[in-house]
Amino acid sequence: MTLRLSTSPHLRSPQSSTRLMLNVIIALLPSAAFGVYNYGYKALMLILVSMLSAVVSEYLWQRLTNRPVRIKDCSALVTGMILALCVTPEAPWWMLVVGSAFAIIVVKELFGGIGDNFINPALAARAMLLASWPMVMTRHIDIDGVSSATPLAEGAQSQFSYLDLLIGRIPGVIGETCKLAIIVGIVYLIVSRTVTWRIPVFTILSAFVMAWIVGLDPVYHVLSGGIIFAAAFMANDYTTSPMTRGAQMVYASGIGIITIIIRKWGAYPEGATYAVLFMNLLTPLLDRYIPHRVYGHSKREAKN
Amino acid sequence: MKLTFKRGVHLSYANKNATKTSPIRDFVSDEVRLITSMHIGAPSKPIVKKGDKVLMGQVIAEPVGFLGIPVHASVSGEVTDVSMIPYLGEGNVECITIANDYEDKWTELTPLGSVESVDPALIVPAIKNAGICGMGGASFPTHVKLSIKPEQKCEAVLVNGAECETHLTCDHRLMLEQGEKIVGGLRAVMRALGSEKGIICVEDNKPDAIANLKRLALNAQGVTVQVLKTKYPQGGEKQLINAVLKRQVPFGKLPIDVGAVVVNVGTCAAIYDAVVYGKPLISRVTTVTGCVNKPSNLRVRIGTVVEDMIGACEGYSAEPGKIAFGGGMTGLCLPGTDLPMAKSTNGIVVYSVKDSKSIDEGPCIRCGKCVAACPIGLNPYLIKRAADADKLEEAKKLYVNDCILCGCCSYECPSRRWLTASFKIVKQKLAIQAKQNGGKG
Repeated sequence: MTLRLSTSPHLRSPQSSTRLMLNVIIALLPSAAFGVYNYGYKALMLILVSMLSAVVSEYLWQRLTNRPVRIKDCSALVTGMILALCVTPEAPWWMLVVGSAFAIIVVKELFGGIGDNFINPALAARAMLLASWPMVMTRHIDIDGVSSATPLAEGAQSQFSYLDLLIGRIPGVIGETCKLAIIVGIVYLIVSRTVTWRIPVFTILSAFVMAWIVGLDPVYHVLSGGIIFAAAFMANDYTTSPMTRGAQMVYASGIGIITIIIRKWGAYPEGATYAVLFMNLLTPLLDRYIPHRVYGHSKREAKN
Repeated sequence: MKLTFKRGVHLSYANKNATKTSPIRDFVSDEVRLITSMHIGAPSKPIVKKGDKVLMGQVIAEPVGFLGIPVHASVSGEVTDVSMIPYLGEGNVECITIANDYEDKWTELTPLGSVESVDPALIVPAIKNAGICGMGGASFPTHVKLSIKPEQKCEAVLVNGAECETHLTCDHRLMLEQGEKIVGGLRAVMRALGSEKGIICVEDNKPDAIANLKRLALNAQGVTVQVLKTKYPQGGEKQLINAVLKRQVPFGKLPIDVGAVVVNVGTCAAIYDAVVYGKPLISRVTTVTGCVNKPSNLRVRIGTVVEDMIGACEGYSAEPGKIAFGGGMTGLCLPGTDLPMAKSTNGIVVYSVKDSKSIDEGPCIRCGKCVAACPIGLNPYLIKRAADADKLEEAKKLYVNDCILCGCCSYECPSRRWLTASFKIVKQKLAIQAKQNGGKG
């Protein structure tokens, strides 16, 4: 009888990286389902094309660069799915191919692959698409297929009731319109211990408070645009969000505040994308300067 | 109110069900092997030789140095061997083998009487003579822990009944079946230290033990029972003090520096036996569980060989892949089953071949679960990066020396990274470095 020797611990949590990524996909399903229900097979096709393109890009890149192929961790699927859910159903399919390839190769793999990218790949790709094809990316149709203004466009404020916003009876991108579906996703992520509650809750809360401070209708502003989707699936991205409790709260509050600042004074009607990207850049600093207090030490000396 | 410490982990599988309802049963084997370094500190010096007849409780190895404690014969019979054997991480250690004559004839004992009437000054020496060291796993000599300086004041004695480790239920059963010994032992410690407060700390997953101890505490002066939330590593000395007293032990200091002394429940019961009956520490309760046919809480003589204990549990239920002393989070792997258990062995867990498979590391995905889990407040992912690059100084700056090797980060890591394992190595390297630097002057 030979016995194996290993260092403790001898038990590991059932949550593997793959399991966590699958949890995110499960949490995205209600939003995706609502998008498909609203916009039909076209939305479904865009989601599938985007996911496929992301995985293929990752596979090809890792093969070409002789790195271990890690498509089994499902993180590329998540990136592709999130990207598809935040583009308009009017987008041509090739745009998603370009977008997810950009997300995976340029934003993620070039910086070292999973865990080493410094901004959220899906969001960076969305920003790239928005900058490259602004006309297509901002062409929105309402649920009856008629082209119309989104709730955050100028002069559109009075068209929609809170209920319309909550259940998604508004024009917009594939997966961001139905806030209820997204909230179901957030709850699943928190209950399954995939993410902590701090980032989504503080993002939404700070956007609410900030909107109220600058004189906007807080309920309307939280329920419209991409803030809730960003709070659920973008701000929460493991790699690009801070780890300590304090840093997470500052980071999330920053996203909410900057989103409202862009909406109120910026040139774009919506600011969640840029708010998250900006706070992504601050993540290393936040982690470093808002650490957990080390047990038994009075205060933490400045690092390095 | 239920108390707890910051962070830590909720373990998904505690594996305690197999043994938590199995009453303690006695098991005595034909032979015991008593190693002389069961405690932290210099190994004791054997004073018997092959062929000697020994009585139960007779001193067979004398204490050496400040941290020394004696070793006692745990059975009566004949010494059949005194030799060096390889023992876990300690290299070769001296081992005294005694063949049991099953007469259980005690050597002459000197009882001190009731814990309430004994002269407090006699308690600590009695503990030393009884060869008692921390039975929760740390094996630190108890008399040293209780020898506080005159200027130090022990405000509260905490009895550690958290048993936060997986698999183990020996403390649970002890609290349920021999609660009076624990309360009595606590009273002895309180009187020895002149402490007014004694707090027995138990996690809320052991309601029957809590009820029993609460009932017993009614008749003991200054003794209370504190219920804790079930969370790992609650039973870590530093975490327990933090949870119950809301104080932190400064780095490099001892619990007594914040007015506390922490004693394990098993140790408390041993102290009771030492004071009231004059009995040295010759047996303890050990949980034997995992892939054995009859998972049990065995009261065994110190020095019982693992193989015999597994036999007492009716053998393996599946092919064993790994056997460890202690629970799933901090257990120490055994190279073979011919080794004896020691005073601090609180459990023997047999893992199946499937559960013993080697785990491959994935890349860090920066999920932050290690940071959220670390009870000390470290950044395990950063320390791991420094450790992988062999940057010892950087690891030190990241407080790797504060790491208690509880295993929370490794447990939580979804990429299955060997965090705790690498910190253990870094800490060892730093210790060697410090020794060398110290040697140079």
